[in-house]
Amino acid sequence: MRCRRGPLAPGARTLPAVAVALTVGGCGGKTSVVSPKGPAARSVVGLWWPMLATATAVFVFVVGMLVLAAVRGRRKTEDDAAVTPGWGEPFIVVAGVVVSGAILVGFFLFSLQKVQALTDAGRRSKLTVSVVGHDWWWEVRYPNGAVSANEIHIPAGVRVRLALDTADVIHSFWVPPLGPKIDMIPGQHNTLWLQAGEPGVYRGQCAEFCGLQHANMIIRVVADAPADFDAWMAREAQPADDAATGGPGRPVFETQSCAGCHTVRGTAAAGTVGPDLTHFGRRDTLGAGVRPRTDGDLARWITDPQSIKPGAAMPPTTLSPADLRALVAFLEGLR
Amino acid sequence: MATVTTGAATPEVLEEHWSETPGLGSFLTTVDHKRIGKRYLYTGLLFLVIGGVESLVMRIQLTHSNLHVVDPETYNQLFTMHGVTMMFLFATPVLSGFGNYLVPLMIGARDMAFPRLNAFGYWVFLGAGAFFYSSFVVHRLPDAGWFNYTPLSDSVYSPGPNVDFYALGLIFVGISTTAGSINFIVTILKMRAPGMSLNRMPIFVWGELAMALTVIFALPALTLANVLLELERRAGFHFFAAAGGGQPLLWQHLFWIFGHPEVYLVVLPALGIASAIIPTMCRRPMIGYTYIVLAEMAIALIGFGVWVHHMFAVGLPSMGLGFISLTSFLVVIPSGVQIFAWLATLWAGKPILKTPMLFVLGFIVLFVIGGLSGPMLAAIPLDQQVTDSYFVVAHFHYVLVGGAMFPIFAGIYFWAPKMTGRLLHEGWGKVSFWLMFVGFNALFFPMHILGLRGEPRRTYTYQAGLGWDFLNLVETIGAFVLALGILITFVNWVWSAKRGEPAGHDPWRGESLEWATTSPPAEYNFENIPTVRSREPMWDQPELGPHGQPAEAGGRGLGGGHNTLVTSLLEAEPEVVAPMPHESPWPLLLTVALLGIFLGLVVRSWVFWSVAAVAAVIATAGWFWPRGETQET
Amino acid sequence: MALTGEAPLLVPTGQPDERLPTVGTGTTNFGWWGMVLFIAVEATVFALLLASYFYLRFRSGPVWPPDGIEDPKLKLVLIMTAVLWSSSLPVHLAHAAIKKGDTKKLRAFLAAGFVLGATFLALQVAKEYPDIARHEFTPRTDAYGSMFFTITGLHGAHVFVGLLMSAWVQLRAWQGAFDRYRHVSVQNFVLYWHFVDVVWFFVLLTLYLSPHL
Ligand code: HEA
Ligand code: HEA
Ligand code: HEC
Ligand code: CUA
Ligand SMILES: [Cu+2]
Repeated sequence: MRCRRGPLAPGARTLPAVAVALTVGGCGGKTSVVSPKGPAARSVVGLWWPMLATATAVFVFVVGMLVLAAVRGRRKTEDDAAVTPGWGEPFIVVAGVVVSGAILVGFFLFSLQKVQALTDAGRRSKLTVSVVGHDWWWEVRYPNGAVSANEIHIPAGVRVRLALDTADVIHSFWVPPLGPKIDMIPGQHNTLWLQAGEPGVYRGQCAEFCGLQHANMIIRVVADAPADFDAWMAREAQPADDAATGGPGRPVFETQSCAGCHTVRGTAAAGTVGPDLTHFGRRDTLGAGVRPRTDGDLARWITDPQSIKPGAAMPPTTLSPADLRALVAFLEGLR
Repeated sequence: MATVTTGAATPEVLEEHWSETPGLGSFLTTVDHKRIGKRYLYTGLLFLVIGGVESLVMRIQLTHSNLHVVDPETYNQLFTMHGVTMMFLFATPVLSGFGNYLVPLMIGARDMAFPRLNAFGYWVFLGAGAFFYSSFVVHRLPDAGWFNYTPLSDSVYSPGPNVDFYALGLIFVGISTTAGSINFIVTILKMRAPGMSLNRMPIFVWGELAMALTVIFALPALTLANVLLELERRAGFHFFAAAGGGQPLLWQHLFWIFGHPEVYLVVLPALGIASAIIPTMCRRPMIGYTYIVLAEMAIALIGFGVWVHHMFAVGLPSMGLGFISLTSFLVVIPSGVQIFAWLATLWAGKPILKTPMLFVLGFIVLFVIGGLSGPMLAAIPLDQQVTDSYFVVAHFHYVLVGGAMFPIFAGIYFWAPKMTGRLLHEGWGKVSFWLMFVGFNALFFPMHILGLRGEPRRTYTYQAGLGWDFLNLVETIGAFVLALGILITFVNWVWSAKRGEPAGHDPWRGESLEWATTSPPAEYNFENIPTVRSREPMWDQPELGPHGQPAEAGGRGLGGGHNTLVTSLLEAEPEVVAPMPHESPWPLLLTVALLGIFLGLVVRSWVFWSVAAVAAVIATAGWFWPRGETQET
Repeated sequence: MALTGEAPLLVPTGQPDERLPTVGTGTTNFGWWGMVLFIAVEATVFALLLASYFYLRFRSGPVWPPDGIEDPKLKLVLIMTAVLWSSSLPVHLAHAAIKKGDTKKLRAFLAAGFVLGATFLALQVAKEYPDIARHEFTPRTDAYGSMFFTITGLHGAHVFVGLLMSAWVQLRAWQGAFDRYRHVSVQNFVLYWHFVDVVWFFVLLTLYLSPHL
């Protein structure tokens, strides 16, 4: 991916912070907080720019005064008498308490209003998707029985509710261009709503430190046009079809350790330790986003996942070259 | 002795009572607050180098996407120990070190209230540092982050001893911090020179007092959390694991009830350093003394009501969050009051731009940048976006490194001459400052941007193509420039200690009492304990010289014995002439016994730790065994 | 020992006609301040621990104590409470005695307080704990059990430390170290002991009484 200019936030042009805004918003748009791709993120950015502008103003004032004080009329001798200005203490009170206080209370109320708006909006979502964090991958379940992993499809322009849980330690669900994050905590059910303005792929990462592969617990939110989404969800709920399971790879999968951990609906494999692989062939990535799903990597993943994702909870497997080839073909065919 | 009848003191008599015989014996048994203070400083700075080298390795690993300089497990150990080292073994001890060295001098006392407890505090700090890093020998450094969230840190997900080193180490170092704080409070409240009523006390001393009070009420939360964690990990109790009816969030509450006050207790004495240097370098009293004192106390107090802002994303009901958000916004006001008081003083005073002043000015700039991202994080929706990203890492390095390490360096340039008798080199000081300032900003400013671009913290690597590579490279370069700047000051210090320009007793023409001693000060600090008649005694009382104050002007020799003066809480009126304890081996021996207990616990050897516990009881008895020197009663 | 004790030495400070004592009591003695601050630390620990108990309780659903555990039984604990609290009286009297310089009464009352404290501890360790652990729950049963044993255990440990302090003070009293001017150790022990008794009030309220509400 090359780094492309993202669109500037509407308010940004008028701010003294344009330079900062350019560097912040202009690059890495796919994962950026400040190039929002949905209403929640846009709402937050509406808080960010005014706060950045105000902070910049405060900074310019304080540092301006500091620099002027340091360079202005440097004392000629060390003994220059000190003047005691009458404005000293009033200045402290006015700048430090009155003006700062007003600014702070203003932003506090503004931010509270945003909290309210974000919470209210969450009540109006039609679809609930359940997401469960695992060390170090994401399980995704739809109300129609579809199960997937590491990739959440949502209909673009529609508010989707996420029910977030964890199977082990604390993880945190965060897709910056779409909005705020929330932690997944054992024994507690958190929810978050998600909405993407346009079809597209939005990248996020687990944000709470969760151990060895916290860095590679990547989630992709794929926003489809609503019609495409319905088709996708319907297909995802189906078991793997005969075209996919007819080849020589299926028995390998079923007889090797794979079936103990992975489910492929429509076969004997019904493990629940690892991601559901029923439609693995339709996903973009491998190992919770650690690699694109290309042939070479898949074979290596099966024989030695630790070399790609050290610490991942999948053991290496030794296979004959023929079996390996069959297994790769089988997995690729799960569409 | 003739002196006993008149109460006058002569250097010879004081020398006889106070001097500690040089050599290994007194090295291990000393109770002199100045020696102990310097030890805190040097040891703490050693830990800065250790924590700094850990961070440099992390920076090298993060220079570019997909590097494999260290493996994920090592990386996790590095950032955990970097955080733990910098917070508990560098920042807090170094600031206690300044306090230990300076507080008795600034308030005109001959030592701290509990000299042996003071020695004990240092030894325990050293022992705890050694305990933490003994895990390095077995390659089991703590690896669950400096806030060590459960369930990641429980025995299911962290079965190794790594987390035991963390939990036991923090309990251990907490003993030192608590002992030190009790000592500071009693010293400050009861040992001020006659006439130094509370409203004449130097702001630096107020800062140390605020820090110590914060420790008293905050640290128990950390100790308790770690005791509960160890009980859960080792004895099968249930507090945090959801399975047995526990709550993972209990850990987070306890940790942050401590953790937020902790970050303020790091910054409070650092603010005090700035408040000591600014008036001196402006040659005028601080404008708004009262406001600053009230502000420091307000920061300490409000700091107890904001802890949940570290938990905005855990899914708590928004009512409570709103309240915490408000207190977090409000804590900005006292911080602003300090800044504006300094600005007024600087404006009116035309500062002399010597190196200590440069570091203070740099500190103000950096602290304001770091402070300003504070309210952004206090705004709930914004925090829910950027929490646990590099934006937060940027925030806290600006306030911690900018807000505490820069004042510490200012303090080194300002007070090292008092400790060694020689000034540091100005030219190299300025070079060091500019390298540190530029390197610092190159290192930490881009982290704001990377956080906004979605880079989560605590990741050992990141993928290519996300637009994160270039700025990470800049950061790594900045880190090395900063390290070079730090190195130059260290070399400057060592070099100047022998060859620097002689400082005299008052090189900066300071206003507080530490300048009324020789450089370095005599073991008894002041021949005569001065009577204070002003907030800036050195400016307003010309009779104050390198030996204190002559008896005719109000100085008290206390008969020249091993005594110090106890004064009243508010007005500092003389109450008692208290004999002080001499050198003692027991603080060190007790520490060794404690170290034995903790090591025994971590290796799970019942015999080992019980033997050490018996030794600890014996050492305690030895400590308190009456020797007739302080009229123990 | 004499009922008065020798007044502490007054030493000249170096200012004309100013002489100050070399020993202080109460707020003019560092030891008192040290003890007060130490108690502040300890009180914070207990406050946080009890708060943690309520936190677990209110986040754990409607039934408390959790399934299968009965509400705490009160008979034994009320006896223990009576024993513990009654120990504050002799301890207080011991302090009052030494303030007047009466070392005989000091020793007697210290001993009485010690016996009562030791009785409390013995009841807790030899009767209450075994009963509960055998018939009801252990610290490993669930969070309720862990909290119960941790809080009462920590309090018991404080009683134990108080007894050690008492033993020390009694030893020093027999050595004749105290008189009406010099008795900071007594004063500090008394402070600590009363503190441990006050803490018990909150422990009793939280662990034994509140589940009945
Ligand atoms: C020295 C340490 C220090 C200091 C002083 C501060 C100061 C502040 N901090 Fe910071 N903070 C940390 C150390 C510190 N912090 C650390 C270590 C963490 C992260 C821990 C971790 O997760 O590992 C953290 C994290 C942290 C968070 C949680 C972020 C997250 O994890 O999601 C929040 C949220 O509210 C916060 C807020 C604030 C605020 C409001 C202040 C305020 O006190 C700042 C006030 C100062 C100023 C604002 C500048 C001067 C004022 C003026 C010039 C007046 C005018 C200004 C205005 C009108 C705005 N901090
Ligand atoms: C006072 C506290 C303090 C200080 C001073 C620092 C100083 C530095 N920190 Fe900080 N840091 C923390 C407190 C602090 N840090 C905390 C609490 C965390 C969170 C941990 C967690 O998440 O659990 C953190 C996390 C943290 C991270 C994030 C890790 C992650 O999330 O994955 C990074 C990454 O760059 C970093 C870098 C640095 C650097 C480069 C410095 C530099 O300023 C260091 C400069 C010092 C030196 C370099 C040593 C002295 C130099 C010499 C003697 C020169 C000669 C030596 C050589 C050239 C080798 N730190
Ligand atoms: C012990 C359990 C276990 C066994 C046995 C196992 N896996 Fe896995 N597998 C996992 C886990 C856990 C993950 C998720 C790893 C991660 O991303 O951190 C995974 C991930 C995968 C993925 C990537 C899924 C995705 O969407 O990213 C594939 C493909 C896969 N396994 C195939 C196999 C095959 C083929 C076998 C048999 C040869 C096998 N696994 C055996 C546990 C197992
Ligand atoms: Cu899951 Cu970090
Ligand atoms: Cu905080």
